[in-house]
Amino acid sequence: MSDQEQEFDVSQSREIVTFRLSEQDFCIDIMNIREIRGWTQPTPLPHSPHYVRGLINLRGAVLPIMDLAERLGLPAREATARDVIIVAMVESQLIGLVVDGVSDILTVSQNDIQPTPTMGAESSQGYVEGIMSIDDRMIRILDLARIFPKALGEAA
Amino acid sequence: MDPMEEIKQMFFVECEELLEALQDGLEQLLEDPTEAETVATIFRAVHSMKGGAGAFGLEDLVGFAHNFETVLDALRSNRLEPTDEVLTELQRSADILNDLVYACKDGTDFDQSRSDAQIVKLQALLANEGPAEASADEPAPVAEPAEVEEAGEGSSFTNYLVKFKPHSGLYERGSDPALLIRDLCELAVEGQPADIECDISAIPEIEDIDPGQSFLSWEIRIKSEATEAGLAEVFEFVEGDCDLVISAANVLAEPETAETEAELEVDVPAPKPQAQADSTPAQVSDAPADAPTALADPEKPASATPAPAAAKKPAPKTEKAREPAKGGGNATVRVDLDRVDRLINLVGELVINQAMLSQSVVESGLANSTSIAVGLEEFKHLTREVQESVLAIRAQPVKSLFQRMSRIVREAADATGKKVNIVSDGEMTEVDKTVIERLADPLTHMIRNAVDHGLESPEKRTAAGKDEVGTVSLIAEHRSGRVLIEVSDDGAGINRERVFQIAVDKGLISPDAQLSNSEIDNLLFLPGFSTAEKVSDLSGRGVGMDVVKRSIASLGGRINISSNPGKGTIFSISLPLTLAILDGMIVSVGSETVVVPLSAILEMLKPEEAQIHPLGSGESVLQVRGEFVPTIDVAYQLGFGPKLENYNDRVILLIETSDGGQRALVVDSIQDQRQVVIKGLEENYGEVSGIAAATILGDGRIALILDPDAIVNDAQGGGPTHNSSFALAG
Repeated sequence: MSDQEQEFDVSQSREIVTFRLSEQDFCIDIMNIREIRGWTQPTPLPHSPHYVRGLINLRGAVLPIMDLAERLGLPAREATARDVIIVAMVESQLIGLVVDGVSDILTVSQNDIQPTPTMGAESSQGYVEGIMSIDDRMIRILDLARIFPKALGEAA
Repeated sequence: MDPMEEIKQMFFVECEELLEALQDGLEQLLEDPTEAETVATIFRAVHSMKGGAGAFGLEDLVGFAHNFETVLDALRSNRLEPTDEVLTELQRSADILNDLVYACKDGTDFDQSRSDAQIVKLQALLANEGPAEASADEPAPVAEPAEVEEAGEGSSFTNYLVKFKPHSGLYERGSDPALLIRDLCELAVEGQPADIECDISAIPEIEDIDPGQSFLSWEIRIKSEATEAGLAEVFEFVEGDCDLVISAANVLAEPETAETEAELEVDVPAPKPQAQADSTPAQVSDAPADAPTALADPEKPASATPAPAAAKKPAPKTEKAREPAKGGGNATVRVDLDRVDRLINLVGELVINQAMLSQSVVESGLANSTSIAVGLEEFKHLTREVQESVLAIRAQPVKSLFQRMSRIVREAADATGKKVNIVSDGEMTEVDKTVIERLADPLTHMIRNAVDHGLESPEKRTAAGKDEVGTVSLIAEHRSGRVLIEVSDDGAGINRERVFQIAVDKGLISPDAQLSNSEIDNLLFLPGFSTAEKVSDLSGRGVGMDVVKRSIASLGGRINISSNPGKGTIFSISLPLTLAILDGMIVSVGSETVVVPLSAILEMLKPEEAQIHPLGSGESVLQVRGEFVPTIDVAYQLGFGPKLENYNDRVILLIETSDGGQRALVVDSIQDQRQVVIKGLEENYGEVSGIAAATILGDGRIALILDPDAIVNDAQGGGPTHNSSFALAG
């Protein structure tokens, strides 16, 4: 768990869930996450964007699954049974994100977060809300609202 | 919500019920115009609306209802003869009242001139009433016309003695005797104020007083022009909450008889329903459990009309007025539709869950005799039952829809100058609320068509030896798990030659096409077809039967037409009972499982190689019974696999598209046919072309529900873009 020694101002702290994708560390604010579940083979959706894997049954609800790596333009990866689906709530939409695995839940201070440096027009740039350093790793904070277009189907 | 606004909304809900009662009453009145109880029912409905509207300051509504009520009152007190003309005006007024209520509800503008014009007509009716008849000659129309000795024949004043003893219930319901008495006194002849005496003899010693009890009674001597019924009307809202005796003065000499007679008469509205309830227990005691069905049995013979009417209207009143325990309280509960929908969703999930559980028990290899398997079977029945009951909550009788349609018929008849009679049957057939709502437009259109195009003009009808009054009938019934609605007219039937000619002229078919009669009839459903020789205001505004067909199809329904020259035309619509569940054919497409709505499938077949003919580049048609039907490779169309080289060992589903054409959907194999619970995609994803919705199969996996029309459109219009994306991929 967190071995940060510093004192937190509670109002300034936030909890994040970190996970790895293609050798990079990302995180999402825990308030956006509904649950984390194991891999289920989705039913493919016709005419969907390439990063949409399909639909799964989440206790009676129909949940679209998105391959986050592909969405972020990271190197393509093979789906394995060890993949994990993060069920996230963005605005009023529920969506499943496929990631390699969830690593940690951290409490971090708002002060630790640095703005994303401008790096030219790389596609994942816009989705990163900020970065921070924990131990020797750099963690990218994802802005989910920017990852999802309003309705996925319309983006197709 | 603002509490006042909430109460107002409740008032409008109540108005809907009252309008329905009003409509019912008017229909009964057509059958038997002399039935006093029916008139009283109508009067009460209008009166209650007026009262409620007054409370919310809806002046237009109050004003119109007041005039309406005045005419009804004249009818009630036999001052106005229920002629056909009067009944027609009443019907029109009811229509306007209906519009006014909805205008007030939705806050939309209402064309004041319409209601004003109707008010003038209503007042004209009253002006015709003979002044001589307006005297107190015929008292007691409120109740049965019990003969009471008439005082002062020829004189327009009568001396009355009114004995009024409120029950405690009157106070509990917030009525005030002082106000009632004041109202009564206003009926007195000018210059001769009523003489009021309060009887305080019943008041006990102060220490014995029960503050909740009623001890006072009044005796009022009044000279009035009004009839006894007119006086009794003051006490209308406290009926059952008081002892009321009104007697004319000249019979005061024999108070005993007068009292009993009068008492009988005034008390009638209260005890009568009870008697009715006893004699027809089904009508009232069933009401709370199954309100809509019990209240108005559509099968009721005309002769029985008074009985249900009596049992129906006053029943709630007595229940309220007397002990609420009787009949178990209110007949209906108003529930927010969202709550019901949430419940339906949950139950849908329960059914899926149950299916998954059953499947895993089967997979675990347990014997059928184990208690788990037996218990599970029981569980399955229960979930089915729960599901059916929950879906029944959303179900509503089609009655409200049919009532709206009879109004459309009247308007259409007025506009075309034709004489039309509407007959409806099976009004209590229950269908999902959403289905009813979405059926209104297509049905309106069909009804207008039936009047405008279906029925001939009175002259032509007479010439053909038919009754000059045409009949449009509307029938609903349950048939094998679906609802069948039939709209028929007894007009001239479809002029097939003309239909054929128009279709040729409009380039819809080739002039040498050989079509069967039913195929010609079905040409009416082609887009861009309109048979009206001149575009009338009523129908034929460019929206044709194709729109009707499409809206019915979007409800999972089908429409058929059959016509008999000289006898008439029948449109029959078959609809699913609910939109939450779909009868589907479960098929394999590539490696996926897809559900095709059963309503779209005409037939299934395994094609012979010789039946498939290539046409153009990569396209092919299926030859079936001499016709060529374009094929659609579903797996390719949905992007589940490459285009098939040949259709060997595949299955073809012959479907009908909304434009009346046929397409052959090629799928891998058929798995099953069953009901599936529809899960929308819009909420979490958005719309997907070619896919109507999704469902969850017994193994917990998601299957897509195909939208046959959209697939066909994609294959035609959307084809090129789709092909190009595939070209890139391959």
